[in-house]
Amino acid sequence: MRAFVYNVVLTVFWMLVTESFTLSNFLVGFALCFLILLLARPLFDAPSRRYFTLAWKLPRFGALMLWEIVLSSLRVAQAVLSPRLSIKPGFIAYPLTVKSDLEITLLANLITLTPGTLSLDVSTDRKVLYVHGMFVDDPQAVIQSTHDSLEKAVLEVTR
Amino acid sequence: MIELLVYALVALGIFFLLVAAIGVVRMPDLYNRMHATSKAGTLGVGLILVAVAVFYQELSVAARALSALAFIILTAPVAAHALGRASYLSGVKPCEDTYIDELAGHYQKNHKLESVDKTTPSSPTES
Repeated sequence: MRAFVYNVVLTVFWMLVTESFTLSNFLVGFALCFLILLLARPLFDAPSRRYFTLAWKLPRFGALMLWEIVLSSLRVAQAVLSPRLSIKPGFIAYPLTVKSDLEITLLANLITLTPGTLSLDVSTDRKVLYVHGMFVDDPQAVIQSTHDSLEKAVLEVTR
Repeated sequence: MIELLVYALVALGIFFLLVAAIGVVRMPDLYNRMHATSKAGTLGVGLILVAVAVFYQELSVAARALSALAFIILTAPVAAHALGRASYLSGVKPCEDTYIDELAGHYQKNHKLESVDKTTPSSPTES
């Protein structure tokens, strides 16, 4: 977090020095200052250093999210446009390992945007996420694949 | 060149919106319908917004189009969750094909939701 504040402050300096207050100049300055801070990485304490790994992981998380949206839309399109409806809907209870509000929200959003699943509700004690699946041949397989890909991706950016 | 890209993006966006619309008509029950609207709808609107950003090639337009896209991606699943939960609570029946219903009977009178015991699958990466 501190590294991010430094980055913004340095960028403001950059904009002052170059005398141009446009968004594109802000982005250029931000990237430059990020590189400079990257050189100064050893000076930060461990929690602030997380900023640098996040700068790499967040775009990857965003890309994963977009990719899942494309995949799931294609799956839905295939199911909707095929002459016979080959769906096998069902409600599954998905055991959560993530705990905080942010993590559960991110995971639930990701689950909704991935092929064939839609998060419905979280149990009051936050142990189970109820999911509606469109193609539930094997509930355990759905749970396993969600756990392996999505929950891992969420944990990577939040912890 | 840019024009062709815009045409392709808009055409794809319209295609996915059409898929979402057909899905709403064809799917057997509310929960399956929401699959169509929340996924294909998000992608369709998203592609059209990207096409707008590409077409105008202005920073202010692009910033607004992309932030609209970000908000749609963030809020569409929340809307689906709210709709699904409300309709399950008010007793909308899932269709007859529904394979399993592990949610049945877990809602209490005060709309609190019980959890069930399930083992967390072990992750292959952690040792």
